[in-house]
Amino acid sequence: MTLFKSRKDLLYLAIFALVIFAMPLWLKPFGAGYPDLMQRFAIFGVFAIGFNILFGMTGYLSFGHAAFLGAGSYAAVWSFKLLSLNPVPALLFATLVGGVFAALVGVVSLRRSGIYFSILTLAFAQMSYSLAYSVLMPITHGDSGLQLASSDPRVLDRLFGADGTLPNLFGFSMHGMYGFYFCALILIGCFYFSMRLDRSPFGMALRALKSNQTRMSYTGFNTKPYARTAFIISGMYAGLAGGMLAVTDPLAGAERMQWTASGEVVLMTILGGAGTLLGPLIGAVIIKYFENIFSAFHPGRLYETFSFLPEGVQNFFVTIISPFVGEGWHLTLGIMFMLIVIFLPGGIMEGGKRIASALRNRRASGRHLQSRQFEPAE
Amino acid sequence: MDWLILQFLNGLDKGGAYALIALGLTLVFGTLGVVNFAHGALFMIGAFCAVVFSRLVRLETVTVDPERLSPWGTPLEVRTPMVEVWLGDFGTFLVQYSVPLSILLAIPVMLLIGWVMERGLIRHFYKRTHAEQILVTFGLAIVLQEIIKAFFGANAIPVYAPEAFSSSLNLSETLGIGTSVFYPWWRLIYLASALLIIGLVIAFLQFTTYGMVIRAGMEDRQTVGFLGINIQKRFTVVFGIAAVVAGVAGVLYAPIVSPNYHLGMDFLVLSFVVVVVGGMGSIPGAVFAGFLLGIVESFASMAAVTRVLPAIDQVILYVVAIIVLLTLPRGLMGRKGVMEG
Repeated sequence: MTLFKSRKDLLYLAIFALVIFAMPLWLKPFGAGYPDLMQRFAIFGVFAIGFNILFGMTGYLSFGHAAFLGAGSYAAVWSFKLLSLNPVPALLFATLVGGVFAALVGVVSLRRSGIYFSILTLAFAQMSYSLAYSVLMPITHGDSGLQLASSDPRVLDRLFGADGTLPNLFGFSMHGMYGFYFCALILIGCFYFSMRLDRSPFGMALRALKSNQTRMSYTGFNTKPYARTAFIISGMYAGLAGGMLAVTDPLAGAERMQWTASGEVVLMTILGGAGTLLGPLIGAVIIKYFENIFSAFHPGRLYETFSFLPEGVQNFFVTIISPFVGEGWHLTLGIMFMLIVIFLPGGIMEGGKRIASALRNRRASGRHLQSRQFEPAE
Repeated sequence: MDWLILQFLNGLDKGGAYALIALGLTLVFGTLGVVNFAHGALFMIGAFCAVVFSRLVRLETVTVDPERLSPWGTPLEVRTPMVEVWLGDFGTFLVQYSVPLSILLAIPVMLLIGWVMERGLIRHFYKRTHAEQILVTFGLAIVLQEIIKAFFGANAIPVYAPEAFSSSLNLSETLGIGTSVFYPWWRLIYLASALLIIGLVIAFLQFTTYGMVIRAGMEDRQTVGFLGINIQKRFTVVFGIAAVVAGVAGVLYAPIVSPNYHLGMDFLVLSFVVVVVGGMGSIPGAVFAGFLLGIVESFASMAAVTRVLPAIDQVILYVVAIIVLLTLPRGLMGRKGVMEG
């Protein structure tokens, strides 16, 4: 088995890796070139890419994916507390927990499809959310969230004499730029895996499952194992993303499991383009970027921004815009969500394709106008 | 025995809210075939109609009474609602009964919102997939809830039931049940109104020609269309009815739970569970499942139960839903062949 199906894929991945690693350079002009935000791009990119494997490829709309993310976060923080501050075991553990949790939820919810599947996953996510605040308090620490403490056992660290108070990879702090490169590396790995999946016979089976499950089972496929595997893989992605969140900021809270968080990843995937490889990542970057920009604005800064205008006009603009920024960022998010679903269900990737093909057609029609007129209909 | 009756009544109360929201959800699904995630937001807007109306009638004027002194020796400020100044006794009545009266505000508001929603958005999503319907209405729900948050803030706003109903009724004396069962008047009124609304909707569908045509359309819209009936128009009316039912439920429920902006989302998830348990598109199913789940939840939240099974009150509805979905593909009362996937 070769690593790449074609040289085109190799080139694709190389360019992808280059663009990701060069993020600090090309994001600087947008004011987004600092590690904290770029880490979030990478983390939610992983989350959305994983969600896309389930929703975009297989066609199952899960409304409870944030539960796996939250579980991954808790798992990673527990690994920091009990084993070691090294992120590698933490992420392995988080991925494992995400996968096992997804397998358990999947056994039940995958027995139904369509809207029932959405409601079942939603029910499970809400259940984990409320349990995190009550029965599971010893594991989740409820409202205050799970945090590191100096009295944690950290068996492996004690054994090897490693020290430090925050997650670090053999001394490299995971908070700043190193944290970003670490996340970027994982993102590239995850992207590669999802690309391989997409090109494989398994990926083909998932697409068949999406387009017509009944017809697929007529051709002799047992569809259930495929859907289940896709669900588990995407749960592992979510667990990994949750673990990465804990690596960059070692704190886990149950609010990550809320169903609005599940809605956010759906939006990322749709915005970028469900079913495409790159789309979910683009969606994640755009949403996290605008969240960061928009939620930072407050009326004072708005006045500053529009200070070049005469006062009356300035006041007008500030009044118009202020409900949409700062606290009101979710309003913008909701409107964006609606506009995308209404006008561009294929997301940004489809929009780009449409523009490209329109341009190509115009060029082609300009060149071949004469000859095309007499072509027979196909 | 008293605890049994009290839990039962509590359950009926909660169930009333579930049933009213689920009724609208299932009506919209059965007629328009649309999965409306924004339905909870309509309930929330109804509750805020009560907030707006109570605030309007309580706008105050401040006069200084020179005769009386406040405890620290300054002339006493007397605050009187403006409607009382203008309208006298009728004004006092308005202030007292602001919550039930805000139904009069809620009905036109909900009709308008429902009409705009159906014409402006939902109509264009009949032919799209359920996933897209869920997503667009989910977006709409976020937008509506954020608009409310922008105007009223993030904190819960208490709304008060009329003073006449603020006391409790001694059920053991009046009805002779239990030994000392006290139950708040307003909750009883709420429960009665919920039953009345449900009855009205079902009577409308069951006993009027208009309702009969709607039921026929739910069964087979194509054939009804062939008979020369504009079924689409009637379904729009159904959407309006569903919006009004949700809004009125919100108004009546406002004094029981102080409305905040995410009230709708809180109830929406559970209402969906109710609809699924009752069977998608089934009206008696939604009502029955609503009350059933309300009662189940109420009994699960008893201290004696939570001591044995901690936090069971928070998950019991989901557990019931999961069991029902896995054992009865159609829900409790779903029609054969409707959404059994």
